[in-house]
Amino acid sequence: MNEILSQIFQVGFFAAVIRIATPLVFGTLGELFAERAGILNLGIEGIMMLAAMSGFSTVFFTGSLWLGVLAAVLTGVVAGLVMGLLTVSLGLSQHVSGIGLTLLCSGLSFYCYRLIFGQPSTLPAIKPFETVALPVLAEIPIIGPILFNQFALVYLAMLIVPAAAFVLFHTPWGLNLRTVGENPLAAFSAGVSVTAMRYQALLLSGALMGLAGAFLCMAQYNAYTFGVISGRGWVCIALIVFGQWNPWKSAAGAILFACIDALQLRLQASSAINLPYQVFLMLPFVLTIVGMALVSRNALAPAALLKPFRKEAR
Amino acid sequence: MGSRKCLPRTTGLILIASLVAVLVLGSGLAAPLLAAAPLKVAAVFETPIEEPWVNQIHVALLRAKKDLGVQYEWSESVKSADFARVMREYAEKGYQLITGDAFGAERIARRVAVDYPKIAFVFGSGIGPAEPNFGVFDNWIHEPAFLSGMIAGKMTKSNTIGVVAAMPIPEVNRLANAFYAGAKEVNPKVKCKFSFIGSFFDPPKAKEAALAQIEAGVDVIYAERFGVIEAAKEKGILAISNMSDQSSLGPDNVITGPVWDMWPTVSYMVNLVKAGVFTAQDFGGFSFMSKGGSYLAPYHKFETKLPADVKDLVAKRKQEILAGTFRVNIDESIPKSD
Repeated sequence: MNEILSQIFQVGFFAAVIRIATPLVFGTLGELFAERAGILNLGIEGIMMLAAMSGFSTVFFTGSLWLGVLAAVLTGVVAGLVMGLLTVSLGLSQHVSGIGLTLLCSGLSFYCYRLIFGQPSTLPAIKPFETVALPVLAEIPIIGPILFNQFALVYLAMLIVPAAAFVLFHTPWGLNLRTVGENPLAAFSAGVSVTAMRYQALLLSGALMGLAGAFLCMAQYNAYTFGVISGRGWVCIALIVFGQWNPWKSAAGAILFACIDALQLRLQASSAINLPYQVFLMLPFVLTIVGMALVSRNALAPAALLKPFRKEAR
Repeated sequence: MGSRKCLPRTTGLILIASLVAVLVLGSGLAAPLLAAAPLKVAAVFETPIEEPWVNQIHVALLRAKKDLGVQYEWSESVKSADFARVMREYAEKGYQLITGDAFGAERIARRVAVDYPKIAFVFGSGIGPAEPNFGVFDNWIHEPAFLSGMIAGKMTKSNTIGVVAAMPIPEVNRLANAFYAGAKEVNPKVKCKFSFIGSFFDPPKAKEAALAQIEAGVDVIYAERFGVIEAAKEKGILAISNMSDQSSLGPDNVITGPVWDMWPTVSYMVNLVKAGVFTAQDFGGFSFMSKGGSYLAPYHKFETKLPADVKDLVAKRKQEILAGTFRVNIDESIPKSD
């Protein structure tokens, strides 16, 4: 009996890790594409929030979850475009633009929510994504229920990590993107449009952040509330550094963070370790910072990160 | 179309003349009798009004607008940095009663109140009132939390119940402790798990915390925050809601839960200001069950599902609380998981 219980506990634990990691993986990869192209997209927190709102509203009125995902992605793309206008076309400070975008998007999501839903006494809710057990794969003992009995968006995240790594390191587009982030002048000399590449990276970045927002209020939870993002965007920024601007390592960072978060929730609920709650709640963040400090010593940010490119300036 | 034209011109003139006369004469005499302008009430909230705590205040104020004829304006999501400015704007605009939640802006709200001694300020606060014009209230709903705990203690099969809450602050601790005390009273074998998510608004995290507890054997869970009921629904366990009647979030899972009703507090303070006898005081008592400021939510679907002996037990204890013969212990220490 005890063994069965511990078995269930383990499956539940790892399934929770995957659930917690998924929005972080989307957000981190989104941020990764932007930073690899030389743009620090601090709009991430706001973009995730606005995308969550628009996606949720779409589902609420159409009843179609995938239409909601699409709306969230499109919202992210539009926000990415705004970031591009500010940082690529106008060459403004990326820090200021990003924080500004986050403020704008979070304010806007709040405003639109009020316009659309008014002041509901109970939270408007939708019927969220249900877990889908993949045939055959889900039957594999232990790994099956953990990895292959998840939300559709989780599978998407699992596919996007290798896809991102492939695109970034094994395609001409990826090479151009990285070059633009390392040495835009060289890319420009080779006939690559720095502006176009950076815009593309930001649109893709916004789309992925949109997926993160969609996952949070359509799969992991079934309503949009303020605080549904709660700093997850900022965690993604740290995970990039932790992952040394590499999709695989960043995703691993997201899983590690999720692991510690899931673990601390279980430690809180057990009487095994008698520590103040604040210590448990801090754990994922502290360990990310410590990990980041250790790992990122050899990490090199894209050389042109934060630097606007003006082709007429030599 | 003709009938209106038929009114003789002289009659019209007489009518107008008499109206003018009534207005001229009446304005002097009637004004004090009619008490003319409605009382202007403003609320300043730190969070969006969806936040369950703030929502209960807001709902009661909306009712005051309807039932007591006050003029009500509010500002939500006012950060600490803006709190004083927004309060002052209302004060300068002639609002006579300014309320809201002041936990994050406690000192700021008190400082502003000092500058407007003629205006009544009543804020949700963990500390005391300040003369001459700063009153406080709080969510003293530990009594229905205790009753909910009794139900949880009776309904659990695994003898493991859980609480998922925001932060270990006194307002939350006393509910969690009362809940556990209620459960222990009816079931000495019961164990309780406590989790805090470190935020007032992070339903996905609250849901994960609840799922973690459910995996550890919890089969009745107290949803202090949004997100927990969804986990209970997903795993098919019982839940206790919080702050408002949240049965609609999971009719088959939510048994009942403590409800905070700010109406007794709001109507009392509005009437005090209207009567011109407002003084700084702690309105907390108006949130107790005996004043109608808190109660146990209706059972809805569980009206038939809940065993009769459990319902009787709760009804009896409720009577004792209302009669003042039973006092729920207020324990604001940080609870620990068993």
